[in-house]
Amino acid sequence: MQTKRSTFRNGWLPYALLAPQIIITLIFFVWPASQALMQSVYRQGDAFGVRPPTFVGLRNFAMLFDDSLYLNSLKVTLYFSVGTTVLSMGLALLFAVMVNRMIRSKDTYTTFLVWPYAIAPAIAGVLWWFIFNPNIGILPYVLNGIGYDWNHRSSSSDAMILVIVAAAWKQISYNFLFFLAGLQSIPQSLLEAAAIDGASRMKRFWTIVFPLLSPVTFFLLVVNIVYAMFDTFGVIHATTEGGPAQATNILVYKVFRDGFVNLNMGSSAAQSVILMGIVIILTVIQFRYIERRVNY
Amino acid sequence: MVENDRWGIFFAHLVLILGVALVVFPVYIAVIASTHPSGTFVRGVMPLLPGPNALENYRTVIFEGRSRAGTPPIGGMLWNSFVMAMAITVGKLSISILSAFAIVYFRFPFRMFFFWVIFLTLMLPVEVRIVPTFQVVADLGMLNSFAGLSIPLIASATATFLFRQFFMTVPEELMEAARVDGAGPLKFFKDILLPLSITNIAALFVIMFIYGWNQYLWPLLITTDPEYYTIVMGIQRMVTGGDSEPLWHLVMATVVLAALPPILVILFMQRLFVKGLTETEK
Repeated sequence: MQTKRSTFRNGWLPYALLAPQIIITLIFFVWPASQALMQSVYRQGDAFGVRPPTFVGLRNFAMLFDDSLYLNSLKVTLYFSVGTTVLSMGLALLFAVMVNRMIRSKDTYTTFLVWPYAIAPAIAGVLWWFIFNPNIGILPYVLNGIGYDWNHRSSSSDAMILVIVAAAWKQISYNFLFFLAGLQSIPQSLLEAAAIDGASRMKRFWTIVFPLLSPVTFFLLVVNIVYAMFDTFGVIHATTEGGPAQATNILVYKVFRDGFVNLNMGSSAAQSVILMGIVIILTVIQFRYIERRVNY
Repeated sequence: MVENDRWGIFFAHLVLILGVALVVFPVYIAVIASTHPSGTFVRGVMPLLPGPNALENYRTVIFEGRSRAGTPPIGGMLWNSFVMAMAITVGKLSISILSAFAIVYFRFPFRMFFFWVIFLTLMLPVEVRIVPTFQVVADLGMLNSFAGLSIPLIASATATFLFRQFFMTVPEELMEAARVDGAGPLKFFKDILLPLSITNIAALFVIMFIYGWNQYLWPLLITTDPEYYTIVMGIQRMVTGGDSEPLWHLVMATVVLAALPPILVILFMQRLFVKGLTETEK
């Protein structure tokens, strides 16, 4: 890693400057993470200290993958992440392409499309929870009109749709901004040349714009998966609470429930370790790809 | 544009107006719901036009609350959220600009090691290590305090990276000139580097403030005393707290108040916000 060509010479100052960040990182990040690693290979002792914690190796992990609830949670997380990512990225790309065609109204539309970024996932959840409320909500009323009986309290698929819509809605503005920035960096001359050669608007989009956007798309794909897997805790917790019948019990929510409500520390720690593994893999993918893009 | 097609532009406007409607719709509904008396929500479908009770509803949630239905007054919660958001923002910015300065402008043993320790925080969001982090904070006696709400969240790899990136683009000559004139590292930092970083600091401030304000899981875990409830987590208690159907008119008034500060920050600092967002996350 580079520094400046010439640097200051000082024995203790750099350590003092780094100290606050390093101390907080060690106490609140590294230490808890190592605790989670430790707990994940122990069976917890009882509350009275009669039976001390015992080392059980990988049994907590083995039990997880035998547990149909955990496997269900994996599946639910998969559906939820894919649904949220596809929905919010698809809409955001559509809006960004359309806004990019505007000249005078570009800024106005952008302003209207970016502010949901400010809304917390939990609040987004509550808003859609209210709109979809089976008794008084507007959408169930409309859906009832076309013969669909909406009820996210009993129907698993309705509940899943609800949380996906809420999570995707909040994320549209983020994706939109990145797609718009990506679109604006595509040289206009390429599009003009293609138009002169007689390529239609659709053809220009799929053969020029979309491939040139692929770095942005890939970056957003990773970010959105991370968002859907970890930042959407509030959406679930403020609305469905994992129900009905585990239908929206995503991995992050399950770690929380098993740790704080069911007080099953060993299992919760093992789940934390698996989640950390997933984040580390995603981060590495993201950074490798960024390194590659720098060499373009 | 390349060719002139009126229908294409018309179609684009149509899509965008529908898009804006989709984006605005939930918040519009919340604003409308917050102006109706409670009777509106007993049965029938939610109205689409404002009702007569706006002032009364907002006064109720801010000053009184409805303790029976699990809703304390939210004036205090708004204040708590603000303090937490500011503490997280200022804390993150200060510790990360200092560490970026150390990493870029000094050469010292274990520099790479420290860099990687900071990098680790990027990989470990609070959500994946909830239980052990909670235990650490509990052992330190930081439950139900502003320190507990903010300090564990102020280590930030992203801000450190952004400042590092920016410092790398600052011309070498500035520092050499400063050294020739006899300025030490701290003077150089205070009089040259800090003024140069103002735009970056402001852009990050916007992003971090929103991040801090919207914290949910963390305050939920470490506050049991209503005195320290923040507004975003407080809403959840209002929705799922009581046994009966929530008091929607009050819930929605709270939602509007909770969402307003970060939305205002984005609207008034849109340019900084876009800069902060697109540059930090790359």
